Amino acid sequence: MTTVTLAGTPVEVDAEGFLEKPEQWTKEMGEEIARSVGIEKLTDRHWQVIDFMRKTYLDTGSAPSMRALGKTSGVAIRELYELFPKGPAKLAAKIGGIPKPRGCV
Amino acid sequence: MPNRILILGAGTGGTLIANKLRRRYDAETEITVVDKDDRHVYQPDLLFVPFGLVAPNSICRPRSKQLRHGNEFRLGEVKRVETEKNTVHLKGGDTLPYDILIVASGAELLPEETEGLTGPGWGETAHTYYTVEGAASLRKAMESFEGGRLVVNIVDMPIKCPIAPLEFCFLSDWWLRKRGLRKKTEIVLATPLDGAFTKPVAAKMLGELLEKKNILVETEYAAGRVDGAARKLYSWDEREIPYDLLVSIPLHGGSPLVGSSDGLGDELGFVVVDPNTLQTKAAANVFAIGDATNVPTSKAGAVAHFEAETLVENVDRFLAGKELEKSFDGHANCFIETGFNKALLLDFNYDVEPLPGKFPFPVIGPMALLKQSRLNHLGKLAFRWLYWHLLLPGRPIPMISAQLKMAGKDTKLLRSEGGNE
Repeated sequence: MTTVTLAGTPVEVDAEGFLEKPEQWTKEMGEEIARSVGIEKLTDRHWQVIDFMRKTYLDTGSAPSMRALGKTSGVAIRELYELFPKGPAKLAAKIGGIPKPRGCV
Repeated sequence: MPNRILILGAGTGGTLIANKLRRRYDAETEITVVDKDDRHVYQPDLLFVPFGLVAPNSICRPRSKQLRHGNEFRLGEVKRVETEKNTVHLKGGDTLPYDILIVASGAELLPEETEGLTGPGWGETAHTYYTVEGAASLRKAMESFEGGRLVVNIVDMPIKCPIAPLEFCFLSDWWLRKRGLRKKTEIVLATPLDGAFTKPVAAKMLGELLEKKNILVETEYAAGRVDGAARKLYSWDEREIPYDLLVSIPLHGGSPLVGSSDGLGDELGFVVVDPNTLQTKAAANVFAIGDATNVPTSKAGAVAHFEAETLVENVDRFLAGKELEKSFDGHANCFIETGFNKALLLDFNYDVEPLPGKFPFPVIGPMALLKQSRLNHLGKLAFRWLYWHLLLPGRPIPMISAQLKMAGKDTKLLRSEGGNE
């Protein structure tokens, strides 16, 4: 576990930069993480996905997979990839300050 | 008044739980099992069909014949469950009332959900061996294969037996060598995972084995569509993989009956249950077992077998008005065929990832965990007999406990933190 400073606040992240404590997260941190992964501006469509990921994680304890995201977030998979080109579920989780989604065994 | 136990599905989970319950209760308890057909497939052997190691018809037996005397088998397609009325609706209008319902309706393949997969070339240059018919058509394609690019693709998780696609790669390597075609063939595994497997220690070992066998791995590959005419596979982020022969493990979902029953399933149609008691969130008298559930462990027969121990106990406790036992720990146990008459063995649960060591007893084994051996291969073959004669009839399997045992496992390789999920 390492500590980094995001939006002026020190937070704990894992080896891949995912927040360890979702409660430390703020929207400003999300915007900073987004820029670090190459997404300059977060639009309303981005936020729809990020908020959905975060809410699902906080409600159920696990983040939805990409397929579940495509079925339930209101954003189809094709658009998810336009919004988050390097992997929607992973990037939205990272920006939203929740742990990396795990593929079920 | 007799208790009526209704079980939806006569696959591995449904059959073995019906038989275990039948052994526990007398005729006062009615047990009915519903399925839409009477063909039970020994699914582990599907893997061997494309290589001509088993004949497709030898792996199927009637479902009805696997049920113990006293269990009723009912042919019928379930439309939906109405949990508020303790009633199951069948296609055609019949209804079945129950006191306890066990959903064992498995996982279904959804190849049509991937654009182009079932279009041109399906059954000719693109196949799946996850069905009897698909495995048989792939058998023919393998027979006439003359080399080129053999691409094995997992479209997305979850899938039944997540290790089977790796086994398919290992066996292909062995089979192509035997036929003198290996030098003319590139084997590619395209997987949505970021490694060969989801759990770190096994992923590393299996990754090394793939590399040793010169099997190329394309990771984090989320397949979006297939152009069957051009024989190309594309990911959502437009990575193109050309193939001469595509072996697809299509998307999986729960049975449509789950999706049609209010509150029973998740967004993929798997039944939402407590991961330790297997009771559904929808109703206290409704349980689920096997591939049909949403529990975060492998979809595999061994898991259904371990779940059954918990489920039999909890059905009993529910009927007696007692608190349920939280005893299912996600235990999964599987042989991985690696070719050349060798196999690996994995043993893991919700919290403990697969580790090297000996199984079921420390030091003496005789099975080796996470290591190739001839005995593991024989174990896999012996399991055929155990399946039909001990597992399905609901008899105990000697020496294998329902909960994971740490004895015999080498924990040195676990990272100090975050090694497990």
